[in-house]
Amino acid sequence: MKGASRGMSALRLVLMMCSLSVALSVSGSDQPVVHVEPTDSVGPRVLEKQTEEAVIRDYLQAWRNLSGAFEDNQVALLDADFVGTAKEKLADTLREQTKLGLRTRYRDSAHDLQLIFYSPEGLSVQLIDTVTYDVQILDHDKVQTTQHVRARYVAVLTPTEVRWKVRVLQAEPE
Amino acid sequence: MKSRLTSLFLGALILVASSQLSVAQTGGLHMPKTVEAGAAFSIQSAGSGHATLYIVGLGQVLRREVQLGETTSFAPGELHSAGHYAVLLVSDSSTENGTFDVTAARQPSSLSFLARPSRVPVDLHDGISGVVYVFDTFQNLVLEPAQASFQLSGVAGAPQARTVLTRNGVAWMKMDSAVKEGAAQFVARVGNASDARVITQVPGDPCSLRMNARPSGQALALETDPVRDCRGNAVPDGTIVTFTETYDGDEATVDVPIKRGIARTEMPAHKGATISVATGVVMGNEIHWGGGQ
Repeated sequence: MKGASRGMSALRLVLMMCSLSVALSVSGSDQPVVHVEPTDSVGPRVLEKQTEEAVIRDYLQAWRNLSGAFEDNQVALLDADFVGTAKEKLADTLREQTKLGLRTRYRDSAHDLQLIFYSPEGLSVQLIDTVTYDVQILDHDKVQTTQHVRARYVAVLTPTEVRWKVRVLQAEPE
Repeated sequence: MKSRLTSLFLGALILVASSQLSVAQTGGLHMPKTVEAGAAFSIQSAGSGHATLYIVGLGQVLRREVQLGETTSFAPGELHSAGHYAVLLVSDSSTENGTFDVTAARQPSSLSFLARPSRVPVDLHDGISGVVYVFDTFQNLVLEPAQASFQLSGVAGAPQARTVLTRNGVAWMKMDSAVKEGAAQFVARVGNASDARVITQVPGDPCSLRMNARPSGQALALETDPVRDCRGNAVPDGTIVTFTETYDGDEATVDVPIKRGIARTEMPAHKGATISVATGVVMGNEIHWGGGQ
């Protein structure tokens, strides 16, 4: 009887450890691993290093705020980083989530980025990002599942007064 | 004791792994791998009883109450935002996961056309650029390659036309501005979608500058010939022309805007004075008053 009780405790410990590891992988407080492919040519305009760094910094910040917006269904969190079509679509999704009582936790763990196009007049930058992330779906605060995803995103960013904002964010089949 | 704990630990790991495997398997959940945006599609489940079906992506979320073992149909237009979607079927006894992608509709519907600059000097090589992003009717970026044609038609001469293939939903090109000033229509077209911009082609810098002088009472009346660019277009009114008179070590300067293509002014008529004219970086002729031109 004593042995069985000890066994149960050990099993509980193992299960707790497993739950903890899942929770940690979902909470993802760590910064994502970011890899940027060398940009030899991005089309008609030379991409200066400073511009490239600013685009990548603002794009990654957009993912952070997107994550917060989807976790709490806060449309306002999109304002700083998204504009145009991307903002409208994401905001529509958040409103739909709110209506259905859903929330989603996106935790990006890795970005493999490649800047592919810088328009001649300097008003748009296009990049491809192979993102690795976990998405956790909550229905009325009850976790339904966690999926590990690797997806290829195409993003178009445009400059605003102080930062680059995401105008298009769209996953495509790999 | 140690071996017992080890076997328990291994057992638990196998239990967790096997349970994750059953969740990861789509099992009785059948769905297409890709769906075109706005197209009808269906998801087939297995088993019996009641369940909730979730389709979750950044572009849209859907939730349906379904009967297991039945086909759940989605009407045209119901799922229209391109992207990667998680599919989740939750019943009292099981949870099944799946994923699929929604791709943009093949038919372009609208263009985002950036044409720069809105005003450009005439006869400038690669002076006009056009960039076009291609979207479907649901505002998804059409990533499939498509022929994009650009046409620049001005007030004179044959239109310039280029055709390029879109890559990742975008196409771009550069064109020369026309030799004649005036508004040009710049049109981008992909499939049945088109968009137009107006590019104003303005005269370039003055090409040559010539003035003449005649006495006007005690003064000297100075007047340029019509000021034109190298292609014969009249330089816009308001362009400043500078007349400079040098006499006995002193220098007097008058800035005059061009009016109706000509700049005019009066300066003191000192015999032996030298008068020069310039606009921008272009120097005109010199007149030596009293000593002949």
